[in-house]
Amino acid sequence: MSPHILASTIGRIVRQLRHDRRTIGLVIVVPLLLLTLLYFMFDGQGPMFDRIALVMLGIFPFIIMFLITSIAMLRERTSGTLERLFTTPVGKLDLLFGYGIAFGLVAAVQATVAAGLAYWLFDLDTAGSLWLVIVIAVANAVLGVALGLLCSAFARTEFQAVQFMPVVAIPQILLCGLFVARDSMAGWLQVISDVLPLSYSVEALTEVGAHADPTGTMWRDLGIVVGAIILALLLGATTLRRRTA
Amino acid sequence: METAIEVTDLVINRGKREVLHGFSCAIPRGSITGLLGPSGSGKTTLMRAVVGVQLVASGRVTVLGEPAGSPPLRRKIGYLTQAPSVYDDLTVRENARYFASLYGLRAADAEAALDGVGLSGAAHQLVGNLSGGQRSRASLACAIVGRPEVLVLDEPTVGQDPVLRDELWARFRGLAADGATILVSSHVMDEANRCDRLLLIRDGHLIGDDTPAAIKATAGTDDLDEAFLRIIRQQEKAAA
Repeated sequence: MSPHILASTIGRIVRQLRHDRRTIGLVIVVPLLLLTLLYFMFDGQGPMFDRIALVMLGIFPFIIMFLITSIAMLRERTSGTLERLFTTPVGKLDLLFGYGIAFGLVAAVQATVAAGLAYWLFDLDTAGSLWLVIVIAVANAVLGVALGLLCSAFARTEFQAVQFMPVVAIPQILLCGLFVARDSMAGWLQVISDVLPLSYSVEALTEVGAHADPTGTMWRDLGIVVGAIILALLLGATTLRRRTA
Repeated sequence: METAIEVTDLVINRGKREVLHGFSCAIPRGSITGLLGPSGSGKTTLMRAVVGVQLVASGRVTVLGEPAGSPPLRRKIGYLTQAPSVYDDLTVRENARYFASLYGLRAADAEAALDGVGLSGAAHQLVGNLSGGQRSRASLACAIVGRPEVLVLDEPTVGQDPVLRDELWARFRGLAADGATILVSSHVMDEANRCDRLLLIRDGHLIGDDTPAAIKATAGTDDLDEAFLRIIRQQEKAAA
Protein backbone atom coordinates (compact mmCIF):
# COMPACT_ATOMS: atom_id res chain seq x y z
CA MET A 1 0.00 0.00 0.00
CA SER A 2 1.29 3.47 -0.85
CA PRO A 3 -0.11 6.66 0.76
CA HIS A 4 0.24 8.49 -2.53
CA ILE A 5 -1.69 5.91 -4.57
CA LEU A 6 -4.27 5.55 -1.81
CA ALA A 7 -4.86 9.32 -1.79
CA SER A 8 -5.27 9.56 -5.55
CA THR A 9 -7.58 6.54 -5.54
CA ILE A 10 -9.79 8.17 -2.89
CA GLY A 11 -9.81 11.35 -4.99
CA ARG A 12 -10.74 9.40 -8.11
CA ILE A 13 -13.68 7.63 -6.41
CA VAL A 14 -15.02 10.87 -4.92
CA ARG A 15 -14.69 12.57 -8.34
CA GLN A 16 -16.64 9.76 -9.98
CA LEU A 17 -19.47 10.30 -7.50
CA ARG A 18 -19.32 14.06 -7.94
CA HIS A 19 -20.06 13.71 -11.64
CA ASP A 20 -23.14 11.69 -10.74
CA ARG A 21 -25.22 14.44 -9.16
CA ARG A 22 -28.40 12.40 -9.05
CA THR A 23 -26.77 9.66 -7.00
CA ILE A 24 -25.39 12.22 -4.55
CA GLY A 25 -28.86 13.75 -4.30
CA LEU A 26 -30.41 10.37 -3.58
CA VAL A 27 -27.75 9.46 -1.03
CA ILE A 28 -28.36 12.66 0.92
CA VAL A 29 -32.11 13.17 0.40
CA VAL A 30 -33.53 9.65 0.71
CA PRO A 31 -32.64 9.25 4.42
CA LEU A 32 -34.22 12.67 5.07
CA LEU A 33 -37.45 11.63 3.36
CA LEU A 34 -37.56 8.36 5.27
CA LEU A 35 -36.94 10.15 8.58
CA THR A 36 -39.75 12.56 7.73
CA LEU A 37 -42.01 9.61 7.06
CA LEU A 38 -41.11 8.10 10.45
CA TYR A 39 -41.74 11.42 12.16
CA PHE A 40 -45.28 11.63 10.87
CA MET A 41 -45.92 7.89 11.42
CA PHE A 42 -45.11 8.26 15.12
CA ASP A 43 -46.68 11.69 15.44
CA GLY A 44 -47.08 12.51 19.14
CA GLN A 45 -45.36 9.28 20.30
CA GLY A 46 -42.02 10.87 21.20
CA PRO A 47 -40.20 7.92 22.84
CA MET A 48 -41.24 5.52 20.05
CA PHE A 49 -39.93 7.93 17.37
CA ASP A 50 -36.73 8.46 19.39
CA ARG A 51 -36.06 4.74 19.54
CA ILE A 52 -36.76 3.94 15.88
CA ALA A 53 -35.28 7.07 14.30
CA LEU A 54 -32.06 6.57 16.27
CA VAL A 55 -31.68 3.02 14.97
CA MET A 56 -32.56 4.11 11.44
CA LEU A 57 -29.77 6.72 11.52
CA GLY A 58 -27.46 3.71 11.70
CA ILE A 59 -29.28 1.44 9.26
CA PHE A 60 -29.73 3.86 6.32
CA PRO A 61 -26.00 4.45 5.74
CA PHE A 62 -25.34 0.72 6.01
CA ILE A 63 -27.86 -0.21 3.30
CA ILE A 64 -27.08 2.66 0.95
CA MET A 65 -23.31 2.26 1.09
CA PHE A 66 -23.60 -1.51 0.69
CA LEU A 67 -25.55 -1.04 -2.53
CA ILE A 68 -23.38 1.73 -3.97
CA THR A 69 -20.16 -0.10 -3.21
CA SER A 70 -21.19 -3.45 -4.58
CA ILE A 71 -22.23 -1.84 -7.88
CA ALA A 72 -19.11 0.37 -8.04
CA MET A 73 -16.79 -2.58 -7.47
CA LEU A 74 -18.70 -4.73 -9.93
CA ARG A 75 -18.22 -1.97 -12.52
CA GLU A 76 -14.47 -2.02 -11.85
CA ARG A 77 -14.49 -5.73 -12.57
CA THR A 78 -16.74 -5.72 -15.64
CA SER A 79 -15.38 -2.56 -17.31
CA GLY A 80 -11.83 -3.91 -17.36
CA THR A 81 -10.49 -1.07 -15.21
CA LEU A 82 -9.70 -3.54 -12.43
CA GLU A 83 -7.69 -5.71 -14.81
CA ARG A 84 -5.81 -2.66 -16.02
CA LEU A 85 -5.20 -1.39 -12.48
CA PHE A 86 -3.61 -4.73 -11.64
CA THR A 87 -0.98 -4.13 -14.36
CA THR A 88 -0.04 -0.85 -12.59
CA PRO A 89 1.62 -0.28 -9.18
CA VAL A 90 -1.83 -0.18 -7.45
CA GLY A 91 -2.06 -2.55 -4.48
CA LYS A 92 -5.20 -4.43 -3.44
CA LEU A 93 -5.27 -2.55 -0.16
CA ASP A 94 -4.99 0.79 -1.98
CA LEU A 95 -8.22 -0.10 -3.74
CA LEU A 96 -10.08 -1.57 -0.75
CA PHE A 97 -9.12 1.23 1.62
CA GLY A 98 -9.68 3.75 -1.18
CA TYR A 99 -13.31 2.67 -1.44
CA GLY A 100 -13.71 2.40 2.33
CA ILE A 101 -12.38 5.91 2.98
CA ALA A 102 -14.02 7.63 -0.03
CA PHE A 103 -17.47 6.27 0.72
CA GLY A 104 -16.87 6.72 4.46
CA LEU A 105 -16.43 10.47 3.76
CA VAL A 106 -19.67 10.55 1.80
CA ALA A 107 -21.37 8.66 4.63
CA ALA A 108 -20.11 11.22 7.14
CA VAL A 109 -21.85 13.98 5.17
CA GLN A 110 -24.98 11.88 4.85
CA ALA A 111 -25.09 10.98 8.55
CA THR A 112 -24.46 14.57 9.66
CA VAL A 113 -27.28 15.94 7.51
CA ALA A 114 -29.70 13.18 8.54
CA ALA A 115 -28.87 13.40 12.24
CA GLY A 116 -29.07 17.21 12.05
CA LEU A 117 -32.58 17.01 10.65
CA ALA A 118 -33.66 14.44 13.23
CA TYR A 119 -32.32 16.49 16.15
CA TRP A 120 -33.22 20.02 15.19
CA LEU A 121 -36.40 19.64 13.19
CA PHE A 122 -37.90 16.47 14.59
CA ASP A 123 -36.66 16.91 18.18
CA LEU A 124 -34.99 13.53 18.37
CA ASP A 125 -34.09 13.07 22.01
CA THR A 126 -31.04 11.08 23.05
CA ALA A 127 -29.35 11.10 26.43
CA GLY A 128 -25.91 10.87 24.80
CA SER A 129 -24.13 13.05 22.29
CA LEU A 130 -25.10 13.67 18.67
CA TRP A 131 -21.47 13.17 17.66
CA LEU A 132 -21.42 9.61 18.94
CA VAL A 133 -24.52 8.91 16.85
CA ILE A 134 -22.70 10.22 13.78
CA VAL A 135 -19.55 8.21 14.56
CA ILE A 136 -21.57 5.01 14.86
CA ALA A 137 -23.49 5.83 11.68
CA VAL A 138 -20.22 6.30 9.76
CA ALA A 139 -18.87 3.02 11.17
CA ASN A 140 -22.05 1.37 9.88
CA ALA A 141 -21.57 2.95 6.46
CA VAL A 142 -18.01 1.65 6.27
CA LEU A 143 -19.30 -1.77 7.34
CA GLY A 144 -21.71 -1.56 4.39
CA VAL A 145 -18.79 -0.64 2.10
CA ALA A 146 -16.66 -3.53 3.34
CA LEU A 147 -19.47 -6.09 2.94
CA GLY A 148 -20.37 -4.61 -0.46
CA LEU A 149 -16.78 -5.03 -1.67
CA LEU A 150 -16.80 -8.61 -0.48
CA CYS A 151 -20.21 -9.51 -1.95
CA SER A 152 -19.46 -7.95 -5.35
CA ALA A 153 -16.95 -10.75 -5.86
CA PHE A 154 -19.84 -13.22 -5.98
CA ALA A 155 -21.91 -11.31 -8.51
CA ARG A 156 -21.32 -11.32 -12.25
CA THR A 157 -24.01 -8.84 -13.17
CA GLU A 158 -25.61 -5.80 -11.59
CA PHE A 159 -28.88 -7.77 -11.31
CA GLN A 160 -27.09 -10.30 -9.13
CA ALA A 161 -25.29 -7.63 -7.12
CA VAL A 162 -28.50 -5.89 -6.02
CA GLN A 163 -29.93 -9.24 -4.90
CA PHE A 164 -27.23 -9.45 -2.26
CA MET A 165 -28.73 -6.44 -0.52
CA PRO A 166 -31.79 -8.28 0.85
CA VAL A 167 -29.62 -11.32 1.60
CA VAL A 168 -27.07 -9.37 3.62
CA ALA A 169 -29.11 -6.49 5.02
CA ILE A 170 -32.62 -7.71 5.79
CA PRO A 171 -31.75 -10.59 8.18
CA GLN A 172 -29.49 -8.19 10.07
CA ILE A 173 -32.27 -5.60 10.33
CA LEU A 174 -34.83 -8.21 11.46
CA LEU A 175 -32.54 -9.72 14.08
CA CYS A 176 -30.79 -6.59 15.39
CA GLY A 177 -33.26 -6.08 18.23
CA LEU A 178 -35.37 -3.40 16.59
CA PHE A 179 -38.49 -5.54 16.14
CA VAL A 180 -38.05 -8.11 18.91
CA ALA A 181 -35.70 -7.59 21.86
CA ARG A 182 -32.69 -9.84 21.31
CA ASP A 183 -32.95 -11.52 24.73
CA SER A 184 -36.55 -12.54 24.14
CA MET A 185 -35.79 -14.30 20.83
CA ALA A 186 -35.53 -18.08 20.54
CA GLY A 187 -32.06 -19.29 21.50
CA TRP A 188 -30.95 -20.16 17.99
CA LEU A 189 -32.06 -16.76 16.70
CA GLN A 190 -30.03 -15.11 19.45
CA VAL A 191 -27.00 -17.05 18.30
CA ILE A 192 -27.47 -15.77 14.74
CA SER A 193 -28.08 -12.25 16.03
CA ASP A 194 -24.88 -12.49 18.08
CA VAL A 195 -22.74 -13.06 15.00
CA LEU A 196 -24.32 -10.32 12.89
CA PRO A 197 -22.40 -7.02 13.15
CA LEU A 198 -25.46 -4.79 12.79
CA SER A 199 -26.76 -6.12 16.14
CA TYR A 200 -23.80 -4.44 17.82
CA SER A 201 -24.11 -1.10 16.07
CA VAL A 202 -27.81 -0.97 16.94
CA GLU A 203 -26.98 -1.80 20.55
CA ALA A 204 -24.33 0.93 20.54
CA LEU A 205 -26.85 3.46 19.24
CA THR A 206 -29.38 2.38 21.89
CA GLU A 207 -26.70 2.91 24.54
CA VAL A 208 -26.13 6.46 23.27
CA GLY A 209 -29.91 6.98 23.40
CA ALA A 210 -30.14 5.86 27.04
CA HIS A 211 -26.93 7.15 28.67
CA ALA A 212 -25.53 10.66 28.89
CA ASP A 213 -21.92 9.44 28.77
CA PRO A 214 -20.44 6.78 26.48
CA THR A 215 -20.75 3.39 28.19
CA GLY A 216 -18.35 0.46 28.19
CA THR A 217 -20.94 -1.57 26.25
CA MET A 218 -21.05 1.12 23.59
CA TRP A 219 -17.27 1.13 23.17
CA ARG A 220 -17.18 -2.67 23.09
CA ASP A 221 -19.94 -2.72 20.44
CA LEU A 222 -18.18 -0.10 18.34
CA GLY A 223 -14.99 -2.14 18.62
CA ILE A 224 -16.82 -5.24 17.38
CA VAL A 225 -18.17 -3.29 14.38
CA VAL A 226 -14.66 -2.05 13.54
CA GLY A 227 -13.39 -5.62 13.87
CA ALA A 228 -16.11 -6.81 11.46
CA ILE A 229 -15.08 -4.08 8.99
CA ILE A 230 -11.44 -5.21 9.08
CA LEU A 231 -12.44 -8.86 8.72
CA ALA A 232 -14.67 -8.09 5.72
CA LEU A 233 -11.93 -6.00 4.07
CA LEU A 234 -9.37 -8.77 4.54
CA LEU A 235 -11.80 -11.34 3.11
CA GLY A 236 -12.46 -8.87 0.28
CA ALA A 237 -8.72 -8.69 -0.40
CA THR A 238 -8.61 -12.45 -0.91
CA THR A 239 -11.34 -12.18 -3.58
CA LEU A 240 -9.29 -9.64 -5.56
CA ARG A 241 -6.98 -11.60 -7.81
CA ARG A 242 -4.34 -10.04 -9.98
CA ARG A 243 -4.37 -13.11 -12.17
CA THR A 244 -7.65 -14.49 -13.41
CA ALA A 245 -8.63 -17.27 -15.79
CA MET B 1 19.15 -8.12 -30.72
CA GLU B 2 18.20 -8.00 -27.07
CA THR B 3 15.01 -9.82 -26.14
CA ALA B 4 12.33 -7.88 -24.24
CA ILE B 5 9.63 -10.53 -23.98
CA GLU B 6 10.31 -14.23 -23.95
CA VAL B 7 7.51 -16.79 -23.94
CA THR B 8 8.47 -20.42 -23.40
CA ASP B 9 6.15 -23.44 -23.73
CA LEU B 10 3.17 -21.45 -22.53
CA VAL B 11 -0.02 -23.44 -21.87
CA ILE B 12 -3.16 -21.57 -20.90
CA ASN B 13 -6.67 -22.85 -20.26
CA ARG B 14 -9.72 -20.64 -20.29
CA GLY B 15 -12.69 -22.51 -18.92
CA LYS B 16 -12.28 -26.13 -20.01
CA ARG B 17 -10.66 -25.18 -23.29
CA GLU B 18 -6.92 -25.07 -23.82
CA VAL B 19 -6.28 -21.77 -25.61
CA LEU B 20 -2.50 -21.77 -25.96
CA HIS B 21 -0.77 -25.12 -26.41
CA GLY B 22 2.92 -24.80 -25.58
CA PHE B 23 3.38 -21.40 -27.22
CA SER B 24 6.91 -19.99 -27.55
CA CYS B 25 8.18 -16.74 -29.03
CA ALA B 26 10.76 -14.02 -28.45
CA ILE B 27 10.15 -10.32 -28.99
CA PRO B 28 13.11 -7.99 -29.52
CA ARG B 29 13.51 -4.80 -27.52
CA GLY B 30 12.69 -1.48 -29.18
CA SER B 31 10.58 -3.03 -31.92
CA ILE B 32 6.95 -3.11 -32.96
CA THR B 33 5.70 -6.66 -33.13
CA GLY B 34 2.30 -7.35 -34.62
CA LEU B 35 0.15 -10.16 -33.32
CA LEU B 36 -2.05 -11.35 -36.13
CA GLY B 37 -4.74 -13.96 -36.16
CA PRO B 38 -8.48 -14.51 -36.29
CA SER B 39 -10.77 -13.77 -33.39
CA GLY B 40 -10.50 -16.54 -30.78
CA SER B 41 -6.99 -17.58 -31.84
CA GLY B 42 -5.46 -16.66 -28.47
CA LYS B 43 -4.12 -13.13 -29.10
CA THR B 44 -5.76 -11.49 -26.09
CA THR B 45 -4.86 -14.45 -23.87
CA LEU B 46 -1.20 -14.17 -24.86
CA MET B 47 -1.25 -10.42 -24.18
CA ARG B 48 -2.86 -10.95 -20.78
CA ALA B 49 -0.08 -13.42 -19.96
CA VAL B 50 2.56 -10.86 -20.95
CA VAL B 51 1.10 -8.15 -18.70
CA GLY B 52 0.71 -10.71 -15.89
CA VAL B 53 -3.05 -10.85 -15.31
CA GLN B 54 -3.62 -14.28 -16.88
CA LEU B 55 -3.56 -17.52 -14.89
CA VAL B 56 -1.06 -19.78 -16.56
CA ALA B 57 -1.25 -23.60 -16.57
CA SER B 58 2.41 -24.12 -17.40
CA GLY B 59 5.32 -22.51 -19.18
CA ARG B 60 7.12 -19.24 -18.61
CA VAL B 61 6.75 -15.61 -19.62
CA THR B 62 9.71 -13.30 -18.98
CA VAL B 63 9.50 -9.56 -19.54
CA LEU B 64 12.66 -7.40 -19.35
CA GLY B 65 14.33 -10.27 -17.51
CA GLU B 66 11.64 -10.55 -14.80
CA PRO B 67 8.75 -13.02 -14.53
CA ALA B 68 5.63 -11.46 -16.10
CA GLY B 69 3.43 -9.72 -13.53
CA SER B 70 6.18 -9.26 -10.93
CA PRO B 71 5.97 -5.99 -8.96
CA PRO B 72 8.98 -4.19 -10.55
CA LEU B 73 7.36 -4.67 -13.98
CA ARG B 74 4.19 -2.85 -12.95
CA ARG B 75 5.96 0.49 -13.40
CA LYS B 76 7.33 -0.48 -16.80
CA ILE B 77 4.28 -1.92 -18.57
CA GLY B 78 1.40 -0.21 -20.31
CA TYR B 79 -1.64 -2.27 -21.25
CA LEU B 80 -4.48 -1.30 -23.53
CA THR B 81 -7.37 -3.76 -23.18
CA GLN B 82 -9.50 -4.50 -26.21
CA ALA B 83 -12.63 -2.89 -24.74
CA PRO B 84 -11.71 0.60 -23.50
CA SER B 85 -11.05 0.35 -19.77
CA VAL B 86 -11.44 3.88 -18.50
CA TYR B 87 -13.91 5.37 -16.04
CA ASP B 88 -17.05 6.50 -17.88
CA ASP B 89 -18.03 8.79 -15.04
CA LEU B 90 -14.78 10.77 -15.09
CA THR B 91 -13.61 13.29 -17.66
CA VAL B 92 -10.87 12.32 -20.09
CA ARG B 93 -8.42 14.52 -18.17
CA GLU B 94 -9.38 13.05 -14.78
CA ASN B 95 -8.81 9.55 -16.15
CA ALA B 96 -5.38 10.44 -17.51
CA ARG B 97 -4.40 12.20 -14.29
CA TYR B 98 -5.47 9.25 -12.16
CA PHE B 99 -3.42 6.78 -14.16
CA ALA B 100 -0.48 9.24 -14.22
CA SER B 101 -0.64 9.50 -10.44
CA LEU B 102 -0.29 5.71 -10.07
CA TYR B 103 3.20 6.05 -11.57
CA GLY B 104 4.00 9.08 -9.44
CA LEU B 105 3.64 11.39 -12.45
CA ARG B 106 2.06 14.85 -12.61
CA ALA B 107 -0.78 16.59 -14.39
CA ALA B 108 1.60 17.81 -17.14
CA ASP B 109 2.40 14.19 -18.03
CA ALA B 110 -1.33 13.46 -18.31
CA GLU B 111 -1.75 16.42 -20.68
CA ALA B 112 1.16 15.20 -22.80
CA ALA B 113 -0.45 11.75 -23.10
CA LEU B 114 -3.79 13.28 -24.13
CA ASP B 115 -2.00 15.43 -26.68
CA GLY B 116 -0.27 12.32 -28.01
CA VAL B 117 -3.59 10.67 -28.85
CA GLY B 118 -5.21 13.85 -30.16
CA LEU B 119 -7.68 14.22 -27.31
CA SER B 120 -6.61 17.54 -25.80
CA GLY B 121 -9.69 19.19 -27.26
CA ALA B 122 -12.01 16.70 -25.51
CA ALA B 123 -10.11 16.65 -22.19
CA HIS B 124 -12.97 18.18 -20.20
CA GLN B 125 -15.61 15.78 -21.52
CA LEU B 126 -16.96 12.84 -19.59
CA VAL B 127 -15.70 9.60 -21.13
CA GLY B 128 -19.26 8.26 -21.08
CA ASN B 129 -20.25 10.98 -23.59
CA LEU B 130 -17.46 10.27 -26.10
CA SER B 131 -17.69 8.41 -29.40
CA GLY B 132 -16.30 4.88 -29.55
CA GLY B 133 -13.11 6.00 -31.27
CA GLN B 134 -12.48 8.81 -28.78
CA ARG B 135 -13.14 6.49 -25.87
CA SER B 136 -10.56 4.01 -27.08
CA ARG B 137 -8.06 6.85 -27.52
CA ALA B 138 -8.76 7.95 -23.94
CA SER B 139 -7.95 4.40 -22.91
CA LEU B 140 -4.78 4.50 -25.01
CA ALA B 141 -3.70 7.75 -23.34
CA CYS B 142 -3.94 6.00 -19.95
CA ALA B 143 -1.79 3.13 -21.29
CA ILE B 144 1.03 5.38 -22.53
CA VAL B 145 0.90 7.96 -19.73
CA GLY B 146 3.41 6.05 -17.58
CA ARG B 147 6.00 6.09 -20.42
CA PRO B 148 6.18 2.29 -20.34
CA GLU B 149 9.17 0.33 -21.59
CA VAL B 150 6.82 -2.39 -22.76
CA LEU B 151 3.52 -1.41 -24.33
CA VAL B 152 0.91 -4.08 -24.98
CA LEU B 153 -1.91 -2.88 -27.22
CA ASP B 154 -4.94 -5.03 -27.94
CA GLU B 155 -6.48 -3.68 -31.17
CA PRO B 156 -5.65 -0.01 -30.52
CA THR B 157 -6.95 1.44 -33.78
CA VAL B 158 -10.39 -0.14 -34.11
CA GLY B 159 -12.96 2.48 -35.09
CA GLN B 160 -10.40 5.25 -35.71
CA ASP B 161 -10.53 7.38 -38.79
CA PRO B 162 -7.76 6.66 -41.31
CA VAL B 163 -5.93 9.96 -40.75
CA LEU B 164 -5.95 9.45 -37.02
CA ARG B 165 -4.86 5.83 -37.41
CA ASP B 166 -1.90 7.04 -39.40
CA GLU B 167 -1.04 9.52 -36.63
CA LEU B 168 -1.34 6.87 -33.95
CA TRP B 169 1.02 4.59 -35.86
CA ALA B 170 3.50 7.45 -36.21
CA ARG B 171 3.22 7.83 -32.46
CA PHE B 172 3.89 4.10 -31.86
CA ARG B 173 6.86 4.33 -34.21
CA GLY B 174 8.19 7.27 -32.18
CA LEU B 175 7.81 5.36 -28.91
CA ALA B 176 9.66 2.37 -30.39
CA ALA B 177 12.42 4.67 -31.66
CA ASP B 178 12.80 5.89 -28.06
CA GLY B 179 13.38 2.29 -27.01
CA ALA B 180 9.87 1.05 -26.11
CA THR B 181 8.94 -2.50 -27.05
CA ILE B 182 5.46 -2.64 -28.52
CA LEU B 183 3.28 -5.71 -28.93
CA VAL B 184 0.17 -4.86 -30.91
CA SER B 185 -2.69 -7.04 -32.08
CA SER B 186 -4.69 -6.19 -35.15
CA HIS B 187 -7.17 -7.49 -37.66
CA VAL B 188 -6.15 -4.96 -40.26
CA MET B 189 -3.49 -6.27 -42.63
CA ASP B 190 -2.57 -2.75 -43.73
CA GLU B 191 -1.40 -2.18 -40.16
CA ALA B 192 0.52 -5.43 -40.11
CA ASN B 193 2.72 -4.06 -42.88
CA ARG B 194 3.86 -1.30 -40.54
CA CYS B 195 5.25 -3.73 -37.94
CA ASP B 196 8.90 -4.72 -37.67
CA ARG B 197 7.94 -8.32 -37.06
CA LEU B 198 4.76 -10.34 -37.21
CA LEU B 199 3.60 -13.26 -35.12
CA LEU B 200 0.91 -15.20 -36.95
CA ILE B 201 -1.26 -17.09 -34.54
CA ARG B 202 -4.05 -19.55 -35.25
CA ASP B 203 -5.89 -21.85 -32.82
CA GLY B 204 -3.31 -21.14 -30.16
CA HIS B 205 -0.33 -22.14 -32.33
CA LEU B 206 2.38 -19.87 -33.68
CA ILE B 207 2.32 -20.45 -37.45
CA GLY B 208 4.61 -17.65 -38.56
CA ASP B 209 7.27 -15.40 -37.01
CA ASP B 210 9.16 -13.09 -39.33
CA THR B 211 9.27 -9.61 -40.88
CA PRO B 212 6.24 -8.73 -43.02
CA ALA B 213 8.44 -8.71 -46.12
CA ALA B 214 9.90 -12.14 -45.38
CA ILE B 215 6.47 -13.61 -44.67
CA LYS B 216 5.19 -12.32 -48.02
CA ALA B 217 8.29 -13.52 -49.84
CA THR B 218 8.08 -17.02 -48.34
CA ALA B 219 4.41 -17.31 -49.26
CA GLY B 220 5.15 -15.92 -52.73
CA THR B 221 2.60 -13.10 -52.68
CA ASP B 222 2.53 -9.35 -52.11
CA ASP B 223 -0.67 -9.48 -50.16
CA LEU B 224 -0.44 -10.27 -46.43
CA ASP B 225 -4.01 -11.60 -46.27
CA GLU B 226 -3.19 -14.00 -49.07
CA ALA B 227 0.15 -14.87 -47.46
CA PHE B 228 -1.57 -15.75 -44.20
CA LEU B 229 -4.00 -17.99 -46.08
CA ARG B 230 -1.21 -19.77 -48.00
CA ILE B 231 0.75 -20.42 -44.82
CA ILE B 232 -2.33 -22.00 -43.20
CA ARG B 233 -2.95 -24.17 -46.31
CA GLN B 234 0.69 -25.29 -46.44
CA GLN B 235 0.64 -26.25 -42.78
CA GLU B 236 -2.65 -28.12 -43.17
CA LYS B 237 -1.21 -30.00 -46.13
CA ALA B 238 1.94 -30.81 -44.16
CA ALA B 239 -0.16 -32.06 -41.24
CA ALA B 240 -2.39 -34.23 -43.44
